Amino acid sequence: MTHTLGRPDFDVITAWIEPGHRVLDLGCGDGALLKHLLETRGIQGVGVDFEPANVLAALRNGVNVIQGNLENGLTDFADQAFDHVVLSRTLQTVRHTEGILREMLRVGREAVVSFPNFAYWKNLRSVLDGRMPVSEDLPYQWYDSPNVRFFTLLDFEALCGKMGLTVRERRVLDEQGQPVESEDERELNFLGSLAVFRLSHTA
Amino acid sequence: MPGQSVGVVQSQRAHFDQALPLRSGGILPAYDLVYETYGTLNAAKSNAILVCHALSGHHHVAGHYADAPNNIGWWDNIIGPGRPLDTERFFIVGVNNLGGCHGSTGPSTINPATGKPWGADFPIVAVSDWVEAQARLADLLGIDSWAAVVGGSLGGMQALRWTISQPERVRNAAIIASAPKLTAQNIAFNDVARQAILTDPDFHGGHYYEHNTRPVRGLRLARMLGHITYLSDDQMGEKFGRELRNGSFSFDYDVEFEVESYLRYQGDKFAGYFDANTYLLMTKALDYFDPARLDGGDLTKALGRSHPDTGFLIASFTTDWRFSPARSREIVAALLANKRRVSYAEIDLNFGHDSFLMEDAQYHGIVDAFLRNVKP
Repeated sequence: MTHTLGRPDFDVITAWIEPGHRVLDLGCGDGALLKHLLETRGIQGVGVDFEPANVLAALRNGVNVIQGNLENGLTDFADQAFDHVVLSRTLQTVRHTEGILREMLRVGREAVVSFPNFAYWKNLRSVLDGRMPVSEDLPYQWYDSPNVRFFTLLDFEALCGKMGLTVRERRVLDEQGQPVESEDERELNFLGSLAVFRLSHTA
Repeated sequence: MPGQSVGVVQSQRAHFDQALPLRSGGILPAYDLVYETYGTLNAAKSNAILVCHALSGHHHVAGHYADAPNNIGWWDNIIGPGRPLDTERFFIVGVNNLGGCHGSTGPSTINPATGKPWGADFPIVAVSDWVEAQARLADLLGIDSWAAVVGGSLGGMQALRWTISQPERVRNAAIIASAPKLTAQNIAFNDVARQAILTDPDFHGGHYYEHNTRPVRGLRLARMLGHITYLSDDQMGEKFGRELRNGSFSFDYDVEFEVESYLRYQGDKFAGYFDANTYLLMTKALDYFDPARLDGGDLTKALGRSHPDTGFLIASFTTDWRFSPARSREIVAALLANKRRVSYAEIDLNFGHDSFLMEDAQYHGIVDAFLRNVKP
């Protein structure tokens, strides 16, 4: 199975977004997801990124991009301005975890969050073997990683519960991007390398 | 430097007989605009980019004159074949604004009613008046809508005003190192500059031309002050530090520190060619600029008048404290609130406000990428 731009979470996210929706992509990188959504879903999109090279690359991709630091919140954006606010593989790099999640649901109706699951069995095995994990979804050495938060699928669900956020949908993927399913939450936490959540405020 | 210069250019002059009512309540019965163009206007006349100039700028934006190879346009580094404002794709128009001192009707040109230079009688012009005059030049050139209006600083204010006053005629706008209105601190700097000119004994109430003199001292001081605010503290530190011209203190008031030498040189050079009345007018246009004023200060409401399809690039520079990034972000937020297509770049460059005139790979890359997505 081939994934959009080699990013299995992009397929999941794309399926959740309807044509014409307004999408804000936080940590948009070179704008590949927004460009894909623009071409396949006819969305209206804006990206946010801090890195000069990413801002330039996103503009070159024809994507509207705002250069800014997620740690400072989303002060340039009005309440409920977007249908979806996406944070793909970026939450683990943000220090103000609760702050950014609150901001996402202030400016958007729904938050879509994907992140590497630290409890994935290969990661756990690596730690048991005495070394920090390096994998498809955690591709950095410990000393050059942009990641500042290390958490698991179950950790994230607990945080959502604490913050009163509703998990509308959830997809768990293995290292090849194949869906993992299980009735047992602990087993899911063990088998999933990447998790994708669709969140909203409790109605 | 990637790309090439446009090479030899010529300026042109257009005369307008239709009276221009001004924001100040005055009226210009007739006027001239001087302008330059680079590249070729396509058959559909849809590939034109207007470059608006800042306080001390003019219509000579790029290239050089055949008889003056060293007189290079003020934004030559961004315009030409293969450069961000690519003359292979676009037809670039630069115009000297009304009230200027480079050929367009202004205080130093002859008032037909008196046969003498306008001097202080030249009416105060606002950014919106410039936009109207530029629109009439567009009519003359057969340009229904600009592919883009581009400007830095006061030029960025014109681009912003275009999107509000003439929304149907601007398909894209690049607003660089600009602001939705000046702060009190900014107005204060402008007023000190004006006071330097107004209190110069050679000013003669603005009618110095008749006295065969010019308020050179005032204009020089105004420029020295302005120049300090256009640079960054770090850059001045790196460039001059506390270097002494002669290596040791001389304990007098002559030029001693390198920074003094530089500023005096800049002041003298500027006062040698620029018109003091024009300087006064330009700083007032800056101070008055506030497109949200008629909407009760609500910039979001004001920018709601822009066309929903207009694309915006807003760019600022990290070391620019005269038009800080926070001011650009006010424009960004107001555009986002209106669901406009907007991109924002905050470029890390060390040259303060003057960064917008510099050549930098990231900066020029951003402008290039934005204009690559503009359909001629």
